[in-house]
Amino acid sequence: MEKFLGIDYPTLWYLVVGLLFSGYAILEGFDYGAGAWHLFFKKDMSRRIAINAIGPIWDANQVWLIIGAGALFAGFPVMYATMLSAMYVPFMLFLMLLVLRSAAIKFRSFEPMTWWRKSWDILYFISNSGIAFLLGVVLGNILTGFDIGENFTYKGGVLLSFLGPYPLMVGLTTLSIFMTQGAIFLLLKTEGRLYARLTFLLKKGMIFFLVSFAITSLYTLVFIPGVSDKFKENPVFFILPLLAFLAVANIRRLVSKKRYVQALVFSSLTMAFLLMLVAFQLYPVLLPSTLDPKYSVTIYNAASSQKSLSIMLTIVLIGAPLIAMYFLFLYRTFKGKVKLDDTSY
Amino acid sequence: METEILARIQFAFTIAYHYIYPPLSIGLGLLMVIFEGLYLKTRNKQYEVLTRFWLKIFAITFGIGVATGIIMEFEFGTNWSVYSRYVGDIFGSALAAEGLFAFALESTFLGILIFGWNKVSPKVHFISTIGVFLGSMFSAIWIVVANSWQQTPAGYHIVGEGLNARAEVTDFWAMVFNPSSVDRIIHVWQGAFLAGAFLVLSVHAYYLLKGRYVEISQKAFKIALLVATAISLSQLVSGHSSAEGVSKNQPAKLAAMEGHYETSAPADLYLLGWVDNEVKEVTGLKVPGGLSFLVGQDLKAPVTGLDAFPKEDQPSQVNAVFQFYHIMISIGMFLIGLTLYATYLWLRGRLFDKKWLLRIFAFAVLLPQIANQAGWFAAEMGRQPWVVYGHLRTSEAFSQEVSSNQILFSLILFFIVYTLLFLLFLYSMNKKIKHGPYDEAENPDEFLKYV
Ligand code: HDD
Ligand code: HEM
Ligand code: HEM
Repeated sequence: MEKFLGIDYPTLWYLVVGLLFSGYAILEGFDYGAGAWHLFFKKDMSRRIAINAIGPIWDANQVWLIIGAGALFAGFPVMYATMLSAMYVPFMLFLMLLVLRSAAIKFRSFEPMTWWRKSWDILYFISNSGIAFLLGVVLGNILTGFDIGENFTYKGGVLLSFLGPYPLMVGLTTLSIFMTQGAIFLLLKTEGRLYARLTFLLKKGMIFFLVSFAITSLYTLVFIPGVSDKFKENPVFFILPLLAFLAVANIRRLVSKKRYVQALVFSSLTMAFLLMLVAFQLYPVLLPSTLDPKYSVTIYNAASSQKSLSIMLTIVLIGAPLIAMYFLFLYRTFKGKVKLDDTSY
Repeated sequence: METEILARIQFAFTIAYHYIYPPLSIGLGLLMVIFEGLYLKTRNKQYEVLTRFWLKIFAITFGIGVATGIIMEFEFGTNWSVYSRYVGDIFGSALAAEGLFAFALESTFLGILIFGWNKVSPKVHFISTIGVFLGSMFSAIWIVVANSWQQTPAGYHIVGEGLNARAEVTDFWAMVFNPSSVDRIIHVWQGAFLAGAFLVLSVHAYYLLKGRYVEISQKAFKIALLVATAISLSQLVSGHSSAEGVSKNQPAKLAAMEGHYETSAPADLYLLGWVDNEVKEVTGLKVPGGLSFLVGQDLKAPVTGLDAFPKEDQPSQVNAVFQFYHIMISIGMFLIGLTLYATYLWLRGRLFDKKWLLRIFAFAVLLPQIANQAGWFAAEMGRQPWVVYGHLRTSEAFSQEVSSNQILFSLILFFIVYTLLFLLFLYSMNKKIKHGPYDEAENPDEFLKYV
C-alpha cells in the first residue's frame, strides 16, 4: 500500500474527513446552537438580531457539511452508502429540517405580521435543535454499531430503531454543546439587553452540557462494552476526555472575563477533542457490525482505490488554501457586533 | 420492484425540483456580472439599481437551490446505495472537487455579495459577484461530468464481481473528458443562461407594459435580449453536437428520441409525433430520411434502430423520451425565432412598439425552464434501463435495505415541504417584482439620470 509521510492513504483520508466534520461541528455548531436558543429571546428585535448574527456566514459554514459528506462519499463510498441507507429515517428528517431552517432564515423577517414571524420563529427553533439532536443520535448509533451482514448490507430494523437510549443521550449531549457554542458566539455579536440575557442563558447552557456529558460518559464506560475497550487498553488516552473537561472549565473563566473569542476557541476545542475521542475509539473501523466483527466497515474495506485517493488528496491540497482564504476574507468583512441595515434579513 | 419505482420517483421529483433553481442562479449571475460591470465602467447609477434589484431575486433562487441541492447529495447514499458503492471511486472525486472548488467559492462570496454593499468597496463587491458566478458555473461542470460519465463511461476499469463489483478510475482526465461531457456542459450552461436571460426579459417586459421603470427596463431588456439571441442560436450548435455524440455512444437513446425501430432502414426526422411502442410505429409530421442525413450526411443511410437491442436493453418509455426531446427542440426553435425577430425590430428602432411582443416575452420565462426539464428527462429516461450505461442496471442500483414504506414516508415529506417552499418562492418573487427596483414615488425615472 502506498504511503505519504509514512501514513497510508486511507488513514490520510480518514484524517481529512475527520477534519472536515470537526470544521462542520465547530462552525455550524454555533449556527445551530444560536438557533436552539431562539425561543428564549422574547423580543422580535432580539430574534431578528440573532438571525442576522449568522446571516452572512451560515451559508458558507454549511459548505463544510457538503464537503464533508462529499469527502466521505469520495473516500469511503461503502461507508457512505451503508450508513445513509441504514439511517434512512433520521437522515431524511435531518434533510427536511435543513430545508425548513434555510426557509426560516430567509423568510422570517420578510413580512411584519406577528403570526408570520412567530410561526417562523418556532420552525427555526425546532429545526435547529432537531438538527443538533439528530446529528448526535446518528453518532450514537455509529458508536454502538449496526446490524451489518454480508456485502455491507444492513439487516437491522427500520423506521424507529435508530432511537435507542444511548443514541438519545448522545443526541442531548450534542445539542447541549452546540447550545454552549451558540451562546458564546451570540455574546460576541450582540450588545445591550440581548447580551445581558445571553450571559444568563450561557450559564444554564453550560450546566446542561456538563450534566449530559457526564451521564453519557458514565453510561459509555459502564454499559457499552466495545466503546471503551481501547481506553481500558491504553489508559493514556483518557487524556482526551480530561482535556475536554478542562477546556469546558476554561470557558467559564474566559466568559466571566468577557474574553469571548478565546472562549469560542475553547468550546471549539472541546468539540474537537470529543470528536477525536470518537475517531480514536473507532479507528480503523468506520461502522462496527453488531452481527460479526468481520462484517464491520473499516477504512480499508470501504476505501476508494489508491489512484482515486491520491487524486483527491491532490485536489484537497489545492483547494484547502483557497478555502482558508475565502473564509478569512468573509469573517474579516463581517467581524464585530451586528448592525441592522437595508441588506439585513 | 415497488421500492425501485418509489426511489426513482423520489429522485426524479427532487432533482427536477432542484433544477428549477440552479439554472436561474447561473443565468442571473451572468446578467448581474454584466450589469455591475457596466456600472463600474460607466458609473451610471441605473446599472447599480439594476444590479441591486436582480441581486435580491438572485438571493431567493440561490437559497432554494442550495437547500434542495444538499438533499440531492445525500440521496445517492440513502436511496442508491448499490450505485454509490459502484461509482463512488469515480463519482466521488467529481463531487469532492465540486465542493472544494465550486460550492466553497459561491457560498462564501454570496455572503459578501448580499450583505456586503455597505462594507466593501464597489470593486471588491464586483469581484465577489464574479466569484459567485464562476462558482455556480464550476458546480455545473462537475455535476455534469459525473452524470456524463454515467452516460458514456471512460477512463475506468471494473473490479470485483456481483454485488462487490465497482468501477475504479484508471485515467482521471479521460474520466473528466469522457465522450459526452464537453458537449453537455456547454449545452447545460447555455440552457441556464437562457433561463436567467428570459427571467430578466420577462420582468422588464412586464414593467414596460405597465409603464413603470421605463428607462432602466429598456436598458435591461436590450442587454438580456442580446444574451438571449446569441445563446439561443448557439444552443442549436451544442445541441446538434450532443445529438451526434448520442448517435455514436448511445444509439439506443437516439433511436428512442426519434422513435426509430428498424436498423436497416433510413431514419426520419419528426417535427411532431406519437410513438406506439407496441406496433413500433410513429405517426406524425416528418422529414423522410432527415435523421439519416443529420447523422450520416446521406438521406438513405441506415441508422441503428431499437430492434438492434434485446428487449431488456431498450428504454421502456420510448414515447416519453420522444416527446420530451421534441418539446425541447420545438422550444429551442421558437426561442430562436422570437429573439431574432425582436433583434430585427431593435435594429429598426421599433423594439418597444409592439405590445403583443412584450406580452409574449412576459410569459416566455416558462419556456427555457420547460426545455431544461424536458432535456434532462429525455437524456435520463433515454439512458434507461441503465444507471451506468452498459454496466449497471437501475433495477440493481437502489438501496435494497430501505423499505418502500420508508421511501413513501420521505416522499410525502418532500412533497409537503417542497410545495410550501414553492409557494413561498412564488410569493416572494411576486412581492419583489411588484415592489420593483426602487420606490417610484420618491425616485421617478427622470430623477435617476442625475443621481
Ligand atoms: C447545471 C448545474 C447543476 C446540476 C445538474 C445540479 N446542480 Fe446542484 N447546484 C448547482 C448546479 C447544479 C448550483 C448552481 O451550483 C447550485 C444552485 C444554487 C446554488 O447554491 O448552487 C447548486 C446547489 C447544490 C448544492 C448546495 C451547494 C451550496 O451550498 O452552494 C448541492 C449539495 C448540490 N447542488 C448537489 C447537486 C447534486 C447531487 C446534483 C445532481 C444529481 C445536482 N446538484 C444537480
Ligand atoms: C439536474 C437535472 C437532472 C434532472 C432533471 C434529472 C432527471 C432524472 C429523472 C427524470 C430520472 C428518473 C429516470 C427514470 O426513472 O426514468 C433520473 C434518474 C437518475 N439520475 Fe438524473 N437528472 C438530472 C441530473 C442528474 C445528475 C447530474 C445526476 C448524477 C450526477 C443524475 C443521476 C441520476 C440517477 C442516479 C438516477 C436514478 C437512477 C435512474 O433512474 O437512472 N441525474 N434523473
Ligand atoms: C435547439 C435545439 C436543441 C437541440 C438539437 C438539443 C439537443 C439535445 C440533445 C441531443 C440532448 C441529449 C444529450 C444527451 O443525452 O447526452 C439534449 C439535452 C438537454 N437539453 Fe437540449 N437541445 C436543443 C435545445 C435546448 C434548449 C433550448 C434547452 C434549454 C433552454 C435545452 C436544454 C437541455 C438540457 C438541460 C439537457 C440535458 C442535459 C444534457 O444531457 O446535455 N436544449 N439536448
